[in-house]
Amino acid sequence: MTSVETRITPSDRAVEPLRLDRLLFGDNQFFGVNHMSEEKARAQSMRFQDIAAVIEVLDAAHDEQVRSFMCTTHDRIAEVADHVRAHPQRYRDQVFLPCMPYAHKYANAMTEDGPVGAIKRFLPDEGFLDAALRGGRSLATKDIEGITTLLIDSEMKMFAGLSTPVVFLQNVVVDLLLGLGFDEAFTIFAEHVRSRYGAEPGFITMNAPMLLPVLERLGIDDPVICANLNKVGFRMSGGIEAHRALLEQGRCRMIAMSVFASGAIPPAEAIAWVCEQPNISSIVFGASSRANIASTRRLVEQLWTR
Amino acid sequence: MVRVGLAGLGKMGLSHLAIFRAHPDVEVAAVCDPTGYVRSVLGKYTGLVTTASMEAMVEVADLDAVVIATPTHMHSDMVGAALERGLHVFCEKPFCLDVADAERLAQLARDRELVTQVGYHNRYVGAFAEAKRLVEAGAIGRLTHVLAEAYGPVVLKEQGTTWRSRKAAGGGCLYDYAAHPLNLVNWYLGEPRFATGSVLNRVFSAETDDEVLTTLRYDDQVSAQVSVSWSDESQRKMTTRLTLWGTQGRIFVDRQEIQVYLRDTASVPQGYRTGWNVKYTTELTDPVWFYLRGEEYSAQVADFVDRIGQGRVEGVNDFASAAVTDRTIAKLVDDATGASVPRPPVVVDTGRRRRLRLPRWFDRTRKAAAA
Repeated sequence: MTSVETRITPSDRAVEPLRLDRLLFGDNQFFGVNHMSEEKARAQSMRFQDIAAVIEVLDAAHDEQVRSFMCTTHDRIAEVADHVRAHPQRYRDQVFLPCMPYAHKYANAMTEDGPVGAIKRFLPDEGFLDAALRGGRSLATKDIEGITTLLIDSEMKMFAGLSTPVVFLQNVVVDLLLGLGFDEAFTIFAEHVRSRYGAEPGFITMNAPMLLPVLERLGIDDPVICANLNKVGFRMSGGIEAHRALLEQGRCRMIAMSVFASGAIPPAEAIAWVCEQPNISSIVFGASSRANIASTRRLVEQLWTR
Repeated sequence: MVRVGLAGLGKMGLSHLAIFRAHPDVEVAAVCDPTGYVRSVLGKYTGLVTTASMEAMVEVADLDAVVIATPTHMHSDMVGAALERGLHVFCEKPFCLDVADAERLAQLARDRELVTQVGYHNRYVGAFAEAKRLVEAGAIGRLTHVLAEAYGPVVLKEQGTTWRSRKAAGGGCLYDYAAHPLNLVNWYLGEPRFATGSVLNRVFSAETDDEVLTTLRYDDQVSAQVSVSWSDESQRKMTTRLTLWGTQGRIFVDRQEIQVYLRDTASVPQGYRTGWNVKYTTELTDPVWFYLRGEEYSAQVADFVDRIGQGRVEGVNDFASAAVTDRTIAKLVDDATGASVPRPPVVVDTGRRRRLRLPRWFDRTRKAAAA
């Protein structure tokens, strides 16, 4: 698998330039996420009920040279991380690209316990929030930073000792903050991920054309952005033309997701379209069998000639 | 530019705030919530004008419309106050706990010619809207039965500290979850005559229902069964699905897809064939300008803003429409709690001759009277 060496951001503190593989392996299929059919999603939940089944597919990906695993910080990923740590020889070159947080965990907790209760539930040290809230009715900037970084650390714990060159913020959080205009949270996230983990901050979004100018205004230049990019414009808010313009300007390192638009586009046609677009660093895709991984890899090797 | 104020910064309020704020024709002029730290954080980091109450919010900001995303028991007073001030209102679902309030507010909005909408976002889901289109076109003939289900993993153990676990506040599976499939049944079938066999069952909650079951009866030969649980851990998130049987076919629909079976006697709509048809969300969903958690949440906001711009008082999910769902919920509650009065018999059209099918209690009452 060829790697694309992308530019380093001026503010990047990491010594090594970020190298992203062209093909990144996603994890939706392992957790019953299927944007097409709830029936298929359930069948996948059953199939990947035992972590051994997940590891079998990851092994197949590894053997096909697809060695970057872009994964949600779901509890079950901790088991995958344990397995990889326990077999360093087998998983040489294995890279994790964590995507945080696992949002349903927070959403369901919020319905039960409200926003503060939900945050408390996932903070390693409940005392921090209590102390912050006790101090009066308003939270100081340092408190917001403190809570945010503690939440990031608690999500990162499972990846201790593993390679995590990019840490992503999930789209539901990125797009919520973007809509609210809560821009400073992006800076807090980016700074913490860089300083604490020596990693590049990544931003998953359904609104890439709206997000990039905000990140640039905050001084997060040439950011790693993961967005839907597909021939039919599925979930590409702002429209396919705005996304094309964004790619042509080349002001971000773009990872394409949902390239098959949940199966609406035949694989070869889908990959061919992505490969025609300028300035895409990588494609993230999901698959449940070695055959599918291999065929996607072949398509990319064939069609990605730039 | 529509100037909007938003009341209530919980889960739905924050989501609406992000979507309204991202809308190019909206200026969110102020938000209100009694919780001090939420106000201070939002004020400090987003520059929004915040107040503790809606009264203060409408005083400090010159508004065209308000979004009410407070606990359900607060809706009627707040909506009433907003309408009295001449503001257009978007209110979270369910609309009102008391049917009389729902009807009064729907009338008030009509009298004042104000645009109203309740957040039944499923009506903006491409697949559910396609089912509506097919039903109206008569694609599956005359409807005979509907099964409406919703399941999800909200309450999985004996606890809960928010208003959603308090019955008087409008918490519980009925108002939080079942309102959605009931609202879709209302969309496809209209308002039922009565509910029967209704069960509001507690699984883990101390005060509220966790499971809701009912059969909704209509005048003609059609009925709907509803099965809802928010204590189902096997679901990753809330899933709502309906199956509709008609004389000419069957429709299965959820948020992601629609599966349509059409008999060879059916009048087949364009883009369909006899036998099985499957269409997915990728094909059925129109793009939105901003995506947060599903196109439908953005689409309903866009529709509300458009309706204000165009002065379209009637529309999808207006107060009159949401009042139908409130009345349906009330019928269900009356049935489940035994508060309902003896019902009139349902007229069943057998196709040959009309006759009355009398419920058993009628027989018993007659025998008792004769004795």
